[in-house]
Amino acid sequence: MRTILFLLQKEFRQIRRNKTILPIIFVLPIIQLLILVHATTFEIKDLNICVVDLDMSNTSQRLIHKLEGSSFFNITSTSFSFKDAERQLAANKADMIVYIPQHFSQNLFKEKQANIQLIPSAINSNVATLAFSYASKVILDFNKNIITELAASFQPTPMKTIDTQSRFWYNSELNYKWYMFPGIMVILITMIGIFLSGLNLVREKEIGTSEQLNVTPIKKHQFIIAKLLPFLIIGLFELLLATLLGKLVYNVPFEGNFWVLVGFTFVYLLVVLGIGLFISTLANTQQQMMFVAFFVVIVFILLSGIFTPTESMPIWVQKFNLINPISYFMKVVRMVMLKGSGFKNLIFEFTALVVYAVSILSLATLQYRKTN
Amino acid sequence: MKRFLSFVKKEFHHIFRDTRSLIIIFGIPVAEILIFGFAINTDLKDAHIAILDHSKDATTQRLTNKILSSDYFILDSYLQSEKEIEAIFKQGKVKEVIIFEPNFGKNFEKQGKASIQLILDASEPNTASMLNGYTSNIINEFVLQENQLNLNNIGIKPTVRMFYNPDLKSVFMFVPGTMAIILLLISALMTSITITREKELGTMEVLLGSPLKPSHIILGKVVPYLLLSLGNVITILGLSYFVFGLPVRGSLSLLIFECLLFILLSLSLGILISTVSKTMQQAMLISMIGLMMPSMLLSGFIFPVENMPDILYYISFLMPPRWFIEIVKAIMIKGNGIMFVWKETLIILGMTLFFILMSVKKFKIRLE
Repeated sequence: MRTILFLLQKEFRQIRRNKTILPIIFVLPIIQLLILVHATTFEIKDLNICVVDLDMSNTSQRLIHKLEGSSFFNITSTSFSFKDAERQLAANKADMIVYIPQHFSQNLFKEKQANIQLIPSAINSNVATLAFSYASKVILDFNKNIITELAASFQPTPMKTIDTQSRFWYNSELNYKWYMFPGIMVILITMIGIFLSGLNLVREKEIGTSEQLNVTPIKKHQFIIAKLLPFLIIGLFELLLATLLGKLVYNVPFEGNFWVLVGFTFVYLLVVLGIGLFISTLANTQQQMMFVAFFVVIVFILLSGIFTPTESMPIWVQKFNLINPISYFMKVVRMVMLKGSGFKNLIFEFTALVVYAVSILSLATLQYRKTN
Repeated sequence: MKRFLSFVKKEFHHIFRDTRSLIIIFGIPVAEILIFGFAINTDLKDAHIAILDHSKDATTQRLTNKILSSDYFILDSYLQSEKEIEAIFKQGKVKEVIIFEPNFGKNFEKQGKASIQLILDASEPNTASMLNGYTSNIINEFVLQENQLNLNNIGIKPTVRMFYNPDLKSVFMFVPGTMAIILLLISALMTSITITREKELGTMEVLLGSPLKPSHIILGKVVPYLLLSLGNVITILGLSYFVFGLPVRGSLSLLIFECLLFILLSLSLGILISTVSKTMQQAMLISMIGLMMPSMLLSGFIFPVENMPDILYYISFLMPPRWFIEIVKAIMIKGNGIMFVWKETLIILGMTLFFILMSVKKFKIRLE
């Protein structure tokens, strides 16, 4: 026990002396949480539209006004030639072309059917899909008005309608930052758990001091505990820092019980520290450690549901996520912070993380004993 | 010249002895492209919903069937009261609750107006607004059907043509970004590490004491990574063409030229980082956190820069990968020629020269 305390003292001293790690622990989280939350957004606004209106009728003008009135679109130019509009797309001056053909309003009122072409630049397929669906919604709303006007002329009884009211719970303003903030927090804690601790371990290997430690009476498990514990503490500290920042800067709600989150973070940190330890046994140099960890972290993070919900992913990904600790923790953090989910709602996730922690730490310790 | 070539050979040996790093270098782009290509999409399907039906009459039944017959929704459960809503949201599976008012059918038929409430779990804002849109559209369709007005027969039909990317393959967006990231990883990160490693382990002093000129040392360290990067670019292009059908609509030689230019930029960045780092850890952390992370997030790789707050939008101008990604997209997907990309090319050229000058200034021949 005393040995561990001495080793911990050594670790903390080394961390304090290490001029690169210190700013990373204090400054990086602040930068990440302040900047990245603003940057990671899939919100759409201010899409530039180039309108090609070959009809120039009252109806087409009304439709264009309606599009302009939406906060998503800016009509930046109008043109009479499709080629010209195409050039605008190519030069990135326009994000979408709205093409209203000749005889548009004639067709609409005589034949009861008219076409409009929406041509978004689909390089970013997400943006293109959202742009099309928003534009369609505007057009379909406009259509409903037209139909009501048309129908009024030959429908003697008034239309039956359904009044739909939508309520958005937990995030009534659909603030995307409230969604991304927990995500960035999870990335932060993961990086500290895997990268910092893993690099720390491999550095000793690379410069040779871990061999020297091996010939001392210090037992392997004491060494491992002393190496991982500081980062466990730092990780919990980051959780506190991040929660405060979230409250102060973004007003992210914290509906749930703080201690529930602390408990989950504790177990999750054990998991990622275990992963870091395991990777460090596979790497001989810090560069290798960095690359392997980077690869693992990237794959896990992308599939964890940080940007897009896991339910929309293909089945094989959802099965893979059963062994992806980040997917569990991501869900937990969002649910506890935004919805106030309690421990009894999250028993499955907790059990999964505990099992994961025990297995990965045992596996990593065994592996460490074998290679040292 | 012979000295130089044998030095380059030594560097190649170093690289190829480290199989783990090599596997990762070629594995990362492959994994990234596969993940982005297959796993990440914002399309919604199979969303779990719950229904709270206070009326339970024929009309609500018809509307419920219509909603559930679409691909977007899966019925999770029928609720009995409003009190159950909070609990079911907290459980996490259900994303929307649809509430029919009492006497829904009667109100709809006799009084011509009935109410529905949609309660959405907005902790995932995009999902919530998409679900809201889909549900509202289905309800609107139902209304028109019940009034015997068929939406398909009267009105405006918007048709869509997805320009440049008719099948909406998300890979179009990610391949240019993946190329930029992997080139930065190899050319900037690895170069800075290899130079700094020699400094940290003390072998740099030995090299400087040898007849090799310092400029030859740097050049010799850089050449293998240039070739490695080119190899990786070809792998990425090949993979995206054969697996995902991503075309190169513009001139291939222009694309390769721009890639080489960006590789040069990353190499000079790597050298610059190595001149300011004393230890490998420093070089790694600066490259990772100062270069790779902002590049991934602020360059337009995943998140469109246009939607970020102004200050971040202007910062993205300083990110070299942002310009490279623009150029690659323009050449590969739009088929633009040099006339459209000369501005961005000049910017990259300028940045490269700047970094080279800074490195030359900071490179100390004597180690202090």
